[in-house]
Amino acid sequence: MSSAPILELRDLSVRLGGSRRWFGKSVAPTVAVKGVSLSIHPGEVLALVGESGSGKTTLGRTILGLQPETSGDIVLDGRAVGGLSPREARKVRTAIQYVHQDAAAALDPWWSIGATLREGLLIHGVASAQVRAAKVDAMLVSVGLEPDAGRRYPHEFSGGQLRRIGLARILLLQPRLLILDEPTSGLDMSVQATVLNLLLDLRREFGLTYLFISHDLSVVQRLSDRVAIMLRGQIVECAPTAEIFQRPSHPYTMSLLASAPRLDRRPSAQQPQPQGVSGATAN
Amino acid sequence: MIPVLSVRGLKVSFHTDQGRATVLDDVSLTLERGRVLGVVGESGCGKSTLIRTILGILPDAARVEAGAVVFEGENLLVFSEQELNQRVRGSRIGFIPQDPLLSLNPVFKVGSQLLEIMRDHAPPGTKRRDHIKRLIELLRRLQVPDPDTALERYPHQFSGGQRQRLLIAAALACSPGLVIADEPTTALDVTTQHEILLLLRELVDEFDISLLFVTHDLGVVAEVCDTVCVIYAGQTVEAGLVGAVLQTPTHPYTQALLACHPERSTHFVGIPGNVPSTLRMPPGCRFAPRCGYVEPVCSMALPESLQATSGASVRCIRAA
Repeated sequence: MSSAPILELRDLSVRLGGSRRWFGKSVAPTVAVKGVSLSIHPGEVLALVGESGSGKTTLGRTILGLQPETSGDIVLDGRAVGGLSPREARKVRTAIQYVHQDAAAALDPWWSIGATLREGLLIHGVASAQVRAAKVDAMLVSVGLEPDAGRRYPHEFSGGQLRRIGLARILLLQPRLLILDEPTSGLDMSVQATVLNLLLDLRREFGLTYLFISHDLSVVQRLSDRVAIMLRGQIVECAPTAEIFQRPSHPYTMSLLASAPRLDRRPSAQQPQPQGVSGATAN
Repeated sequence: MIPVLSVRGLKVSFHTDQGRATVLDDVSLTLERGRVLGVVGESGCGKSTLIRTILGILPDAARVEAGAVVFEGENLLVFSEQELNQRVRGSRIGFIPQDPLLSLNPVFKVGSQLLEIMRDHAPPGTKRRDHIKRLIELLRRLQVPDPDTALERYPHQFSGGQRQRLLIAAALACSPGLVIADEPTTALDVTTQHEILLLLRELVDEFDISLLFVTHDLGVVAEVCDTVCVIYAGQTVEAGLVGAVLQTPTHPYTQALLACHPERSTHFVGIPGNVPSTLRMPPGCRFAPRCGYVEPVCSMALPESLQATSGASVRCIRAA
């Protein structure tokens, strides 16, 4: 891709926890993200794959600005936006938004969908109530829901519909880069397909760029343009999707690919058990 | 050969404010000894209710209206709570739950939780000392690190995959003939999931158990199961050997479900429409409102299960 990257990470590190104590041994911090350099180009889908504890979510939170980085640079549209407190970081990074993994938990059960969605607009400075209401109705239609969904409450919707609502809420804020944290985990296969289709449609309609955090390789293979494999806080391999799946070069990538359940394979027949995977995640 | 478990024409309904909801309606399945049977279905199709009926742990609002659950020649549905506790659950049927984190009490040592199961369900006359020995042996076989001291540790000291191994040990502790696993790997990483699936497959032969494996992941079915039973809206729609059902699916629902799998399609396809409400089931075939091959006759009467050319038993008029 020739265009300038929308987001660039240079040697980003994040340390979590750790404390010095007056008496006794001090607790060493965990290095959750270790020297990560990545660039995301406008319009592409970059998948971030790794097991739990590998630092995917921490990296997502750092890009978003909720977690201050320990060292390294974050460059958004050619402008350095790193080294800020969470509050300031969110102000300069409004182009980046985050879609929660558990859509149901991210909605207030006592608030109607419309009220929840309108609040986001109010916080971001849309003053007129009529404009807010009109925008919310239009966005609900864009994500494939009825406009009267705004009058209903979270418990009245299915898992797939709640994902759509979660997307609508974020898209109202006109982001350009969306961080999708496991957008289809816990969904049925038939619903998952419709949500993924919606993501592709919305990308075209709103000109979005996705950072797609997932551990479902079959989805990653279909949806993403490039894949970054994360292990113990480091990106061990980053390449176009076809290359990763056909010619994985890092042993960890190979074992990941060998582990994914496949429809057309019996376990004993072909693949040997992946080597060196146990205990892959450092504590 | 007498199957280990045979469920025949099971019908279970729940009392709700809006009337009776029929959650299971004519579910039948057979599990042969030493085999792995996968039960596949989307959320809300009745998988959990099926497991709960077999184990006899249905909530009060539920009622078994018809059918039989025959385990090793005995109908479990006529057993009392006490009989089930003393003679079936824990001792002859083991259970592996979905979420290893929620299924272990964080404030008790692993040992006390596993020993409690053996105290209640192991053959009378066996000593606590024997139980500890048996558990340590099991944990060693299940590749739990430091099996000799594992019983003295707390759940938080184990990783997700290790906790699932502890629960497999709990299920196998009293040498059951049947183990029921409720989506045992959904909470795990891909690599850990793979290890646990391989392990379960080995244990089936090694411990001479039969495994009823509930899942919604067809990839997992392809990896571990011998036979598969697809459930839709509380009914068995297709049942047969894994090879036959996954390679040449006959029921339109099975076909649609497989088409949703990213491995089988070049673009993402879903199934239009929704699973019908348990309160208002459509007359006739339950998949008819979403089916691409629907004919007028489909909504008139419920199709019988027929033998398809693939060898599977299929509830669809097109199977004939």
